[in-house]
Amino acid sequence: MTDATTTTPPRRMRLNLNVLGPLLAMVALIIIGATLNLSFLSAENLTNVAARSAFIGIIAVGMTFVITAGGIDLSVGAMAAFVAGVMIMVMNSLVPVMGAGVPLVLVGMAVALVVGIAAGLLNGVLISKVGIEAFIVTLGTMGIYRSLVTWLADGGTLSLDFALRGVYRPVYYDGILGLSWPIIVFAIVAIIGELAMRHTAFGRHCAAIGANEQVATYSAVKVARVRMATYAVLGMLVGLATIMYVPRLGSASGNTGVLWELEAIAAVIIGGTVLKGGFGRVWGTVVGVLILSLIGNILNLASIVSPYLNGAIQGVIVILAVVLQRERWSTTWKTWSPRAGSTRWSFFPSKASL
Amino acid sequence: MVATRGIDALVVLPFESEPLTSPVQAVAEQGIWVTVVDRGLTVEGIEDLYVAGDNSGFGQLAGEYFVENLDEGDNIVVFRGIPTTIDNERVDAFTAALDGSGINILDMQHGNWNRDDSFTVMQDFLSRFDDIDAVWASDDDMAIGVLAAIEQADRQDEMWVVGGAGMKEIIGRIRDGDPQLPANVSYPPAQISTAIELTALGLVSDTPVSGRFIIGSQLITPENAEQFYFEDSPF
Repeated sequence: MTDATTTTPPRRMRLNLNVLGPLLAMVALIIIGATLNLSFLSAENLTNVAARSAFIGIIAVGMTFVITAGGIDLSVGAMAAFVAGVMIMVMNSLVPVMGAGVPLVLVGMAVALVVGIAAGLLNGVLISKVGIEAFIVTLGTMGIYRSLVTWLADGGTLSLDFALRGVYRPVYYDGILGLSWPIIVFAIVAIIGELAMRHTAFGRHCAAIGANEQVATYSAVKVARVRMATYAVLGMLVGLATIMYVPRLGSASGNTGVLWELEAIAAVIIGGTVLKGGFGRVWGTVVGVLILSLIGNILNLASIVSPYLNGAIQGVIVILAVVLQRERWSTTWKTWSPRAGSTRWSFFPSKASL
Repeated sequence: MVATRGIDALVVLPFESEPLTSPVQAVAEQGIWVTVVDRGLTVEGIEDLYVAGDNSGFGQLAGEYFVENLDEGDNIVVFRGIPTTIDNERVDAFTAALDGSGINILDMQHGNWNRDDSFTVMQDFLSRFDDIDAVWASDDDMAIGVLAAIEQADRQDEMWVVGGAGMKEIIGRIRDGDPQLPANVSYPPAQISTAIELTALGLVSDTPVSGRFIIGSQLITPENAEQFYFEDSPF
């Protein structure tokens, strides 16, 4: 690969390989899965994998914007658990007033979105207005939300009212044309995210801030406002993911959403978004999420490798993805910009690199 | 550390045995009464009193129930908890009880005592195996996830599920005769309060309380489920 970079201009080809990297990895996983176990390719299994990817996936789309703008959010897993807990408590408490019906489910959904946005805004304000490091702020709020949900559940589990669960259940298990709602919602979020990243001022501003905050400021980008918006959008998507999550098992506890933040961040990085910011790729994130789910699914189906090693395999893939990224950065700097660091090509990426 | 505050006794649940062994040993060497709960220390003879649940019994009781209620050639899947010695003791005793019964364990995977993980693992078991007769979920949180996956696949009539630890939601369903949940195995939820009471008893009276206090597991069936149902329990 490095040989090819030093010779003449197969630059286009190499870039395509970088773009295709996550896709190729996913195809390779699908081939491995299919050869190891015939039931892997069954519609049932594939829809299971897609549906279970939806929670992390919806969150990871939001995380793509946060990371593209040079931020990070470690609190999303705990936030999801907290939102789920509040949502369940509010819904349970309103059953005597409103009855267990569709209106109450809609109220629950609204509560989830509002709490999610508020939690995201809190992160955003502390980071962009108060000026505390994103890592520190979200590390703090992660601890806060995690203990709050444990406290709300009194160390146990918050369960949704039984009658209400029957009404709400179809939101996870039903769908249209054989696609369950989580898959549909995930797909819609991903498409909107991809369009927002590539074709809106918001997407370009995120990349600009992540690439160089000062330049962005001088270019009349409202840095604080855009940055705050990325966290608020992520909070809203955490709320949306929770809306899809709660009807699955109808409960929340201190164990809900543990390590979701790291899975979401890993998916974003595998997908080709640069951890330091400046360049983001939403469809890559979607592929990253699917790759992580497929690894777990294949290990469960095949049982040739101990599932203890699931984390190790995911870890290798994350590191490999970053190594490939670095490859691209160094070579593109060589060919595109002799004064590396003064400009960053990803600020205005060419069509080919997307 | 705590010993500087002039305590007479220490009741400790060593979440991880290794790192807590020497600090607890230092406390014990000052002549302070030490009660260890649930997980042992790595050096023997430090504690004055050891209070724990019976993990081998927990696995064995479940295993015996499977042997009695399944036939030779029946297939089961097993859910394991977070990889720990507790989990190993339970699973070893379970498989030992199944020895020679002719029941096939199709696979064992870790559901990590977690509902979401177990839901996912059970979905994959259901894709992989056409014939499952019973599930040892080994814990009620895992059982909840398992039951949701079975319901999604619409295979409720094919298999029953045995969890463990006596979550009230599960115990309620056993009491009401749910065919999917024929039995459960208890695991003492209030060990630490038992340990505190015994320790206090030892301090205020002449009652001898040192030694080992193992609280047994019991098989819960529709007949006795009422005694194990606690409305106010958070679990």
